[in-house]
Amino acid sequence: MARGPDAWAPAIGQPADNRFERELVTPEGVDLRLRLAEASERAAAFLLDAAIMAGILIALTLLAIGAMIGVASTGAIAGAGGKEASAEVILVIWLLGFFLLRNAYFILFELTPKAATPGKRALGLRVAARNGGRLTADAIFARNAMRELEVFLPLSFLATRANQVDAWLDLLGIVWCSIFVFFPLFNRDRLRVGDLVAGTWVVKSPQRKLMADVAETAFASRAAFAAQGDFDFTQAQVDAYGAKELQVLEEVLRRTEAGTVAAVAERIRGKIGWTRGPIESDYAFLDAYYLALRARLESRLLFGRRRRDKYDKV
Amino acid sequence: MAELRLKSFRFRAEREADWLRLESLLRKAEGRSAAALTDEELLAVPVLYRASLSSLSVARATSLDRALIDYLESLCTRAYFFVYGTRSSALQRIRAFFAHDWPAAAKAAWRETAVCAALTVLGAVAAYVLVMHDPEWFYSFVPGGLVEGRGPEATTQALRATLFDSSHNQLLSVMATFLFTHNAEVAIMAFALGFAFCVPSALLMVANGLTLGAFLAVFIQHGLGVEVGGWLMIHGVTELFAVMLAGAAGIRIGAALAFPGERTRLEAVGRAGRSAAVLMAGVLVMLFCAGILEGVGRQLIQVTWIRYAIAGASGLIWFTYLYAPRAPKPVVARG
Repeated sequence: MARGPDAWAPAIGQPADNRFERELVTPEGVDLRLRLAEASERAAAFLLDAAIMAGILIALTLLAIGAMIGVASTGAIAGAGGKEASAEVILVIWLLGFFLLRNAYFILFELTPKAATPGKRALGLRVAARNGGRLTADAIFARNAMRELEVFLPLSFLATRANQVDAWLDLLGIVWCSIFVFFPLFNRDRLRVGDLVAGTWVVKSPQRKLMADVAETAFASRAAFAAQGDFDFTQAQVDAYGAKELQVLEEVLRRTEAGTVAAVAERIRGKIGWTRGPIESDYAFLDAYYLALRARLESRLLFGRRRRDKYDKV
Repeated sequence: MAELRLKSFRFRAEREADWLRLESLLRKAEGRSAAALTDEELLAVPVLYRASLSSLSVARATSLDRALIDYLESLCTRAYFFVYGTRSSALQRIRAFFAHDWPAAAKAAWRETAVCAALTVLGAVAAYVLVMHDPEWFYSFVPGGLVEGRGPEATTQALRATLFDSSHNQLLSVMATFLFTHNAEVAIMAFALGFAFCVPSALLMVANGLTLGAFLAVFIQHGLGVEVGGWLMIHGVTELFAVMLAGAAGIRIGAALAFPGERTRLEAVGRAGRSAAVLMAGVLVMLFCAGILEGVGRQLIQVTWIRYAIAGASGLIWFTYLYAPRAPKPVVARG
């Protein structure tokens, strides 16, 4: 039953995938490491937006119908001319509303400081210029005008009911359109045609909260833990792990899932040869070990020696 | 005990207040707009942003607190997008668009526009000659929905009636709106299709010309050439010009994709795309005018020479506005 010492690491879910990480060097010379949105997130954001648009359209239609009925019932008093004029106004509002919804929804939301539609906001995404510069209104207009090609053209092909020859043409049309629809899947940066034309891309911009430092909480409860035993690690015991393991341990301590804490504590005790005290809890042990490991690694960091993981030389 | 505290924690404790202040300012600005910040706060943002960036650099080099580094990365990215993001107000942008950007984009695309005009004329002439020869061709060129009893077998009387018919007077504004939205979709399509190496845009231009030529042929055969000219041109000058500009915008993108020149393909397409987008926004404005002229003007004005006068005037206005030389654009911050 010799499980590798790292067997618990995948269960914590460290973000190991940096295929979608891109460089963004600010004018101040700091690389911000942007993370691109994945195709699934983009699709989900779009579906959310489409649902919102459909909802607004249905509401607009119901409102127009309701207003029509209202006009029809009061029309008898106002006379035929007035009735027609109001019906006209309602029809115009509906037509323009539909047009605006189809074309302006994305543009107006992406022009706001958050540079994201409600769907993108919900998934923590935003639009950014690929060259790291300003996101201009022209670019936003361009990337959304191309939606006509990527979304509405395929939809119009799907909506047609054609006879045989035209059906073949439609099939070809659908194949041709699907090139544009699935375009993001065929390039490294997940660009859709609109992004390509506008020089933009969609990146993750999660809003993180500043969380308490695990080392500080551990430090605060040191007195309480001290009663459970004397956590005095030797140099060799602290040198068992590197920065990568430290950060996994940080995740474990933040989540405080009893099963994981117990498993990880057991694993570390085995690795460093620590004999468990009579009243020592797993959590106290991990906290103490985290504090010791971090103090050790950070003091070495100050001397320019970064120990990436446990395989790195001491 | 104090000496046991980690250096990275002392580092954090000293700077934490600045980070949180920046975060609250960003939340305020992102919620509404930069205008929500007072002058003092607005000036503080870049300073706090640079301080946070330097914190990030230090944290990456000295701290092993993953959550802290993640937080600083996300904070700095948000602040970066705000500090270097869009700045000018909507009003400024609209003014710059009408004063400089749109005419400049139209001028830059004059070659493509000329090509589109040539393609449309080519289509029109071809269809005209073919329909004159054999009226059956008419149905190949004109989509069924547009015929509405104006086919080759219609009587002169019936054709004249379609040109001077004011029975739709009641729903003028609906008509104008519908025409505008319909034409705008067609124009956006002509623009978007340019991406496929110009071919679909060019075909669309020819198809547009074919429909036009077939219509003209039918009416001219019945001796209504002058009248149909007035009927078409009162809005057609604006509308055809707008559709040609849309085609030109599309062709610009396709051409940049096919022949990127010294730039990389992506860069060339991006540049062409942004300038073409400005042109497209202008096209939508023109189509809006055309929709009003077609839906309202054509139904109310039933005299052929006034229709011609309006057509001529609109053509003159668009040409001088878009192509007349103007003072170079002043250097302003663009957003």
